[in-house]
Amino acid sequence: MATIWDADEAKSSRSSSRESAYIVPAVARPVTSRSRRRLGPGPAIPFGLQIGPALLVLLWVGGSALGWIDPRILSAPWTVVEAFGRLIEQGRLQDNFVTSATRALLGLSIGLVIGTILAVTAGLSRIGEALIDGPVQIKRAIPTLALIPLLILWFGIGEGMKVTTIALAVIIPIYIHTHNALRGIDSRYVELAETLRMSQKDFIFQVVLPGALPGFLLGLRFAVTLCWVSLVVVEQINATSGLGYMIDLARNYGQTDVILVGLVVYVLLGLVSDGLVRLLERRVLSWRRTLAN
Amino acid sequence: MAPHSSQLKSASRAVHVRNLVRRFATKTILDRVDLDIAEGEFVALLGRSGSGKSTFLKALAGLDHDVQGTGTLETPENLSVVFQDARLLPWRTVIQNVTLGLPGAAGQEAGRKALAEVGLEGREAAWPNQLSGGEQQRVALARSLVRQPSLLLADEPFGALDALTRLKMHYLLRELCARHRPAVLLVTHDVDEAISLADRILVLDEGHLIEDLRIDLPTPRDHGDPRFAKIRTQLLSRLGVETPGRRAA
Ligand SMILES: Nc1ncnc2c1ncn2[C@@H]1O[C@H](COP(=O)(O)OP(=O)(O)OP(=O)(O)O)[C@@H](O)[C@H]1O
Ligand SMILES: [Mg+2]
Repeated sequence: MATIWDADEAKSSRSSSRESAYIVPAVARPVTSRSRRRLGPGPAIPFGLQIGPALLVLLWVGGSALGWIDPRILSAPWTVVEAFGRLIEQGRLQDNFVTSATRALLGLSIGLVIGTILAVTAGLSRIGEALIDGPVQIKRAIPTLALIPLLILWFGIGEGMKVTTIALAVIIPIYIHTHNALRGIDSRYVELAETLRMSQKDFIFQVVLPGALPGFLLGLRFAVTLCWVSLVVVEQINATSGLGYMIDLARNYGQTDVILVGLVVYVLLGLVSDGLVRLLERRVLSWRRTLAN
Repeated sequence: MAPHSSQLKSASRAVHVRNLVRRFATKTILDRVDLDIAEGEFVALLGRSGSGKSTFLKALAGLDHDVQGTGTLETPENLSVVFQDARLLPWRTVIQNVTLGLPGAAGQEAGRKALAEVGLEGREAAWPNQLSGGEQQRVALARSLVRQPSLLLADEPFGALDALTRLKMHYLLRELCARHRPAVLLVTHDVDEAISLADRILVLDEGHLIEDLRIDLPTPRDHGDPRFAKIRTQLLSRLGVETPGRRAA
């Protein structure tokens, strides 16, 4: 096919093939997998991610059994298991867990809804952006936890203050990432929507929102983490129930086993919620998985 | 601000352009261009890189909102654009991409038919990134066809495809155009592509259409035909490429 460039291309490809004739050695060398040094880290080790934590637990068990670890510093694993059973028997663990989970979910949901609404408003209209983006950026500069004294004055030390603190923390990552994704929608898709004469509604629901979904989900993952962090803080400052309160109380009595039970529950909560968000990501972004594989 | 395309008054013309001027900053890209394209006419637009082909096509498509310019521009209401990239929404399935913005079950049925026409029956539920580049471009063609355009604007639609796939796309495009008879403006840098597809070839240079050549060869066109070679030589020289002696097709 004669293109405008053909003449040049033909010339350059001819000369490069001549060059390579000089470079390739006359005797063919058998190609083995050793012929190149591997620069990447190599294939994955089976159960690789579990090795580190398992080693730590082993160290803990061994150290406690051999008496290297003072139980006042760190209770032995079996004491923690006992404490776990005791707390469940008394019903304290379940009660505190339900209280904490309710606060976290309520704060997360409220923050999610507000953060998303703000991001979509700011992302889709210039007026919305002018009104919303500045205040959110200012709020972002203030650590949420620094607002707690003010929130206590406004809402007292009851549930309202705790849920508000969590919601305020959650709003930020949701807003930032969703807004960013909305602003980053490829202008080529906007051009496409124009040539297809899509309605404003179709444009928003077919192009803009699905396009911003990956950003929203990224924000959601940060939000979930922040939600637990804020929960811990509000419960340790001013609370009469909840996991944080249980841990704080145990500190007063020097019960490291109860503290550890609380920490283990936090770990499980963190891992499970992150797993759930990732599952959600895989579900709604299934179109993306085909790229990764 | 560029004037928006207005609806065509005359019935037998698909495109009517007079005194079209487009400039970026101080550089005039299109300098008082005139062009008429008849209904069902297949026109190819050639030109060096940077000569303003895409600028011209965007003006026709009404996509140049922020570009300075003046002129009369009449295009039909139902025009479709095929871009160099297939420009499918990755988060919509193939059939959803084809029927984007079309309402209801009728749109769905038309979409299915259009996909079958480009040979992608059965791939309705696939995601765009599960398709090859050529298949994606066929979906883009189906998306254009399903809207039954009276003007099809295409900006190097096959530029990203390999030579073999490109040839197959030529057959497909010719067949589809013969059936639906839209007027076509095909921007390309491939002289052979232009000669084998078009009824008429334009060359854009320095803001002017310096060539307007009617191609009367019978279709399908044989690249080895001496008349084909003659037209190619003529066009290449218009494009400022000296052809070294006799070239194999
Ligand atoms: N948005 C823009 N702002 C400023 N200059 C632009 C802009 N778009 C295009 N140009 C300039 O206008 C000229 C014509 O561009 P255009 O994209 O129309 O060329 P083209 O003929 O389509 O080239 P190609 O074959 O490489 O696609 C180029 O010199 C380019 O640099
Ligand atoms: Mg171009």
